[in-house]
Amino acid sequence: MELFVFVCASVMVLVGALGVIFRKHPVHAALSLVLTLFGIAVLFVAQSAEFLAAVQVIVYAGAIVILFLFVIMLLGVDKAENLQIEPLTGLRWIAGVVGLGMVGLLTTAVVSGSDVLRLRGLGIANSVAGENADANIQQLANSIFSDYVFAFEVTSVLLVVAVVGTVLLARRRTGKGIA
Amino acid sequence: MFGLVVVPTPTWYLVLSAVLFSIGAVGVLVRRNPLVMFMCIELMLNAVNLTFVTVGRAMSDINGQAIVFFVMVVAAAEVVVGLGIIVSIMRRRSGVNVDDLTELKG
Repeated sequence: MELFVFVCASVMVLVGALGVIFRKHPVHAALSLVLTLFGIAVLFVAQSAEFLAAVQVIVYAGAIVILFLFVIMLLGVDKAENLQIEPLTGLRWIAGVVGLGMVGLLTTAVVSGSDVLRLRGLGIANSVAGENADANIQQLANSIFSDYVFAFEVTSVLLVVAVVGTVLLARRRTGKGIA
Repeated sequence: MFGLVVVPTPTWYLVLSAVLFSIGAVGVLVRRNPLVMFMCIELMLNAVNLTFVTVGRAMSDINGQAIVFFVMVVAAAEVVVGLGIIVSIMRRRSGVNVDDLTELKG
């Protein structure tokens, strides 16, 4: 069963990722990105990270892709690009070679390092329905709000800075005054 | 052969995320539309998230998932600021091609 889920989700992820690179239309690329993000969410569920799967769907597929689509519509670039023109001669070939080399290197590293993956921590609670259905959320909350509570507070500052910066950047300049 | 139940090991997930990361990197190299390049960066971030969750489960350590949570927050902030920059650049020019942005060239 886990194999079936893994194969289906991998096909979703890879088809979506290839769609992001190869679709001419930016809107189609954004929709392919949604497919990839859903596949990653399925893989999160398969690895008993239910909370992250929910956050993945809500934040990435729900917010970030919608933001992409808004910007595509706002800029009016929702027309197909001509992908026949190569910006630099030989760029595609070099990029393909670099990509294959990266796959090879990373795969070699992962396979040769796979025996390092031993049990080390305290264990991850499985969310079994009926017993303790939100064990994953409780455990993650224990980690975030005890070990990483300072980093958590800093992320709130980061989000405020991001909001203010975006408002300043995307604001239309009106005559005099700052920005 | 058919009675054998094959369970995907963590290595399978890690190889998948390596492939996903490489697809994203090639996309950043190949595409010239800044929005699509941003989407490829999202692909790479997701590959890294998958790696964190996989290694966290293999080592039975919840902190892998906690780090993914923070990566998602930073990714959201990064996308918002990046799209703001792209909007403010593209408002004063028509085409969308990062090769045209050469004002800072020395």
